[in-house]
Amino acid sequence: MLEVSGLDAGYGKVQVLRGVSLSVGAGEILCVMGRNGAGKTTAMKAIMGLVPPTGGSVKIAGEELVGLPPHEIPRRGLGYVPQGRRLFAELTVAENLDIGLMTRNRGAAVRERMLDMFPRLRDRLRQRAGTLSGGEQQMLAMARALCLEPSVLLMDEPTEGLQPSMIALIREAATAMKAAGVAIVLVEQRADAVLSVADRVTFLDNGRVKETVEAQALRDDPALLHAHVGV
Amino acid sequence: MDFGPYLVFASLEGAVLAATLSLTALGLSLVFGVMRVVNVAHGEFFMLGAVAAWFVSALGGEALGLPAWAGFAAALVLAPAAVGALAWAADRAILARVGYDPERTIVATIGLLYILQQLTLMGYGPEARPVEPPFNARIALPWPEWGADGFAWTWPWGFGTTSYKLFVIVAAAALLMAVWAVLSRSRFGLIMRATQYDRETAQAFGIPVGKVYAWTFALGAALAAAAAVLIVPIQQAHYLMGGDPLLLSFIVVIIGGLGSLRGTVLAALLIGMSDGVISVFFSPTLAKILATLLVALVLVFRPQGLFGAKTA
Repeated sequence: MLEVSGLDAGYGKVQVLRGVSLSVGAGEILCVMGRNGAGKTTAMKAIMGLVPPTGGSVKIAGEELVGLPPHEIPRRGLGYVPQGRRLFAELTVAENLDIGLMTRNRGAAVRERMLDMFPRLRDRLRQRAGTLSGGEQQMLAMARALCLEPSVLLMDEPTEGLQPSMIALIREAATAMKAAGVAIVLVEQRADAVLSVADRVTFLDNGRVKETVEAQALRDDPALLHAHVGV
Repeated sequence: MDFGPYLVFASLEGAVLAATLSLTALGLSLVFGVMRVVNVAHGEFFMLGAVAAWFVSALGGEALGLPAWAGFAAALVLAPAAVGALAWAADRAILARVGYDPERTIVATIGLLYILQQLTLMGYGPEARPVEPPFNARIALPWPEWGADGFAWTWPWGFGTTSYKLFVIVAAAALLMAVWAVLSRSRFGLIMRATQYDRETAQAFGIPVGKVYAWTFALGAALAAAAAVLIVPIQQAHYLMGGDPLLLSFIVVIIGGLGSLRGTVLAALLIGMSDGVISVFFSPTLAKILATLLVALVLVFRPQGLFGAKTA
């Protein structure tokens, strides 16, 4: 579904990504792991066109995304849950969802589905997004991205700063989306949070892909994980 | 004769200033809030609105033989539209090219200020030209008095205002309500606010930030032009008339808090009313001194403005 090959990107003259390749199919969860500064967030931003790639290719269902203006990329079916959630904090919960719905002109039916999926948002529709608790904000960030009815969902550290019950909820939501046939890229620093739901894991180091392994192999042999991320 | 009638008269003069000032300052505030561009050429868009109003009403009156009210109504629609279109083009041709960099846009809009001013001088000339108000009935202000035979209305000294001045206040209030409705209720308003709070995330949700910027710049300029059309039957159109509105708008926007609609309107009321009252009772210079002093105090003690939210 999402094919990234040889992606180069950076800020100004500083190159961060060097030939990153990864792929994720429909109904699959790919976990991207790596240390701080390994280029995980930059990779997500480069896929979204927010950091313009200087080389390589990003294809969604065969269509090339590199070279499109940034606002056209989500319209091709890419949902993005940014690191730190990046909600429109001054806007209400309902307005945040509206922004997501507008991206691909989805209507009330999609909105209802999101509110059924995250019932706590329904009680808070008129509330400013910035006043939600951390877990609720993360739910809203996910709901906003899912309002696009994406075929590919990028989630950048969705479990950051959340309590275990919330992390379990995020995992459940990811599993539900996977069952619905969405291709999911999950960026994580903490292996324990999401390893149980991942299908494959790509390790990033210093802007390069070090290795891609089956998640099952990591679950079977924790020592392998330690060797890669050094936790 | 006592203090009361003077105060009513001064407040009305102040309210006219406050009304047009809040429109002009709102344009400046929107452009800064959404685009982070300090538009030094904002006063020139005001001036162009007045000059365009003169052209439209003169053309309507001489060439087409329209009555004054029809020429004015046409100016009220066409002048902001024309100025907005020019601002849209200026955004695409200049501001987008310098990447909305905060420092470079200041320099670019200073350049734009001189270009617009000199082009107006070359095309329109150095004269100040009046626009005929669509209606201008004199209204004497009544004053209640308790005399020997009890309560009565008197008309002291012929204090008065004109129906046109009252219309300016009402029209500006209606326009402000319209802008508020667009910002808080419409799809475009939602997109504008989303862009204002987080430009990058807005792009990640399919919002064409470049287009939003161009339309915001056009809207900001059109608001200044609309204020100028309203004021030009009172003040006359002149190619240097953009200086005062620019300075006062900056004062209002700093006091009200950048990007806050409510703050902008309240600060415009404060500055406009106090300017009117102080000018009548003391001197216009004292009014400007106090306003500038207030700006200095706000900048020192409350840099986010009296009504602005703290920037995160």
